[in-house]
Amino acid sequence: MGHVLTLRRRQSLIGWLFVVPASVLIFVFYFYPIVRAALLSFQTGVGVNLQYAGLFNYNRLLTDTVLRAAVGNVFIYLIIQVPIMLLLALILASLLNDPNLKFRGFFRTALFLPCATSLVSYAIVFRSLFALDGFVNYLLTTLRIVERPINWIGSPWTARALIIIALTWRWTGYNMVFYLAGLQNIDNSIYEAALIDGASGFTRFTRITIPLLKPIILLTTIMSTNGTLQLFDETMNLTNGGPANATLSISQYIYRLSFEYSPRFGYAAAISFMVFLMVAVLSFIQMRVGDTR
Amino acid sequence: MKMRRLLNLLKYVFLFAMSFVSIFPLLWMAVSATNRSVDVVTGRILPGTYLVENFRNLAAQHRIGLAMWNSFRNAITATIASLVVCSIAGYGFEIYHDKGKDWLMRILLLSMMIPFAAIMIPLFMMVGKLGLLNTTTAFVLPTVSTAFMIFLFRQSARYFPVDIIEAARLEGMSELGIFFRMYVPIMRSTYVTAGIITFMNAWNNYLWPLIIMQSKDSIVMPLLISNLIAGYVTDYGMVMLGVTLSVLPTVIIFLLLQNSFAEGILSSMR
Repeated sequence: MGHVLTLRRRQSLIGWLFVVPASVLIFVFYFYPIVRAALLSFQTGVGVNLQYAGLFNYNRLLTDTVLRAAVGNVFIYLIIQVPIMLLLALILASLLNDPNLKFRGFFRTALFLPCATSLVSYAIVFRSLFALDGFVNYLLTTLRIVERPINWIGSPWTARALIIIALTWRWTGYNMVFYLAGLQNIDNSIYEAALIDGASGFTRFTRITIPLLKPIILLTTIMSTNGTLQLFDETMNLTNGGPANATLSISQYIYRLSFEYSPRFGYAAAISFMVFLMVAVLSFIQMRVGDTR
Repeated sequence: MKMRRLLNLLKYVFLFAMSFVSIFPLLWMAVSATNRSVDVVTGRILPGTYLVENFRNLAAQHRIGLAMWNSFRNAITATIASLVVCSIAGYGFEIYHDKGKDWLMRILLLSMMIPFAAIMIPLFMMVGKLGLLNTTTAFVLPTVSTAFMIFLFRQSARYFPVDIIEAARLEGMSELGIFFRMYVPIMRSTYVTAGIITFMNAWNNYLWPLIIMQSKDSIVMPLLISNLIAGYVTDYGMVMLGVTLSVLPTVIIFLLLQNSFAEGILSSMR
């Protein structure tokens, strides 16, 4: 019996050797920096010359009009873009779930393809497509839909619309994949029964598809919210936060404070910490939802 | 009946329209890479004959070869390092699990709540202090070990038959031997999925290299294409060629391994 115990202990020890390297890396590159960020947020100064400043940064945070603009922009994206995208993804997924659909593979590949592009690349493609002399304006003026080309990145709402169009293009297929996977778990006989009862496509969508996919809809909502809170590559490369901060995201503002202006690491860390709290709360909800599924 | 046929037709029109919108920007990108800027702005959407000239301009004005090489080197290093470290850990957490390791895993999962924007400043300061700016090491370090990857491999180890392990132990195989010679070959599909995710993330990573790759010699593709559009006059043919080159590896992976790709996206759900 004693022999077996030592063998168990030996195996447990080997197990620890397997898990320690990865764990140490996570502690060093995730947990230590977030603690550092928290400490930094109570300090002030330029560059690495920092001193303790109490709640100074957090007071500044409350009165910062640029930050308010950035938070406002992110919420505009959240309120307008996320619902449009998720609804579109839901509709597409329920159409593609029909086993008798022709060209199913083609549709799936085509709709899913935008996920293969990096955020910077598609931002630049969209910036070129929607440029003053870009293809979209060429099309709109040639078809006489507008008289003069639209300067998309020139005014606040067209610039925001551009970000929203681009985000929807990139992420609809991504969310569709989640819904398709969820729909595969729904027994097809439910739909057949509804069909026999004479339920229309719309009724089947609102009475069967949406209720049964509820957990996944919640999951994708949280993921999208999370992603939007951390938006960076797109606003940086599509509109560069302009015009006059009308599309600036929170992450881009943190980047500007730390690396474009004279570095205010303390204040930037305070904003970072605010983003962390928002994301943490969301992730917590996500884990709870995942548990009950 | 007529109504139903009409609805059916509308469904296909809608799906084809959406697919077209989905593909068009990428098609336009690839076609524009073969055209002169003048033709691009006057709405030409047919392939042209200026591919070579665009490439010559791109190579003359930007260090495209260097950026490609740096990106490949960084992404492949990140992928290999991450697969080795995280798969051993995931296997360890599942096969040798006890109270202590389960607790540690729970703590590690908390790291998934930390957004990159929240830790980029301390990370930058750490890397600077260690003198690692502009290096592949700095690029790779924060992403070698992620709770998500460990979790992915731990889940797959759950399906690894315990009898095989016991049998191999009786045969006198070492614990590390069992991992490398039995677990790794059986879990090939998990490695493919995890490899795709890590490679794509590393290849597409923009914010981290933007901060740490300050020397011109360490430029990577996302930084290069982001610079292409700066300035007042844009050479669209050249810009689109640069962007096409930057998405080529990931689009090829996507087209070849679409199911593993989808699997990778879905694995964040479990």
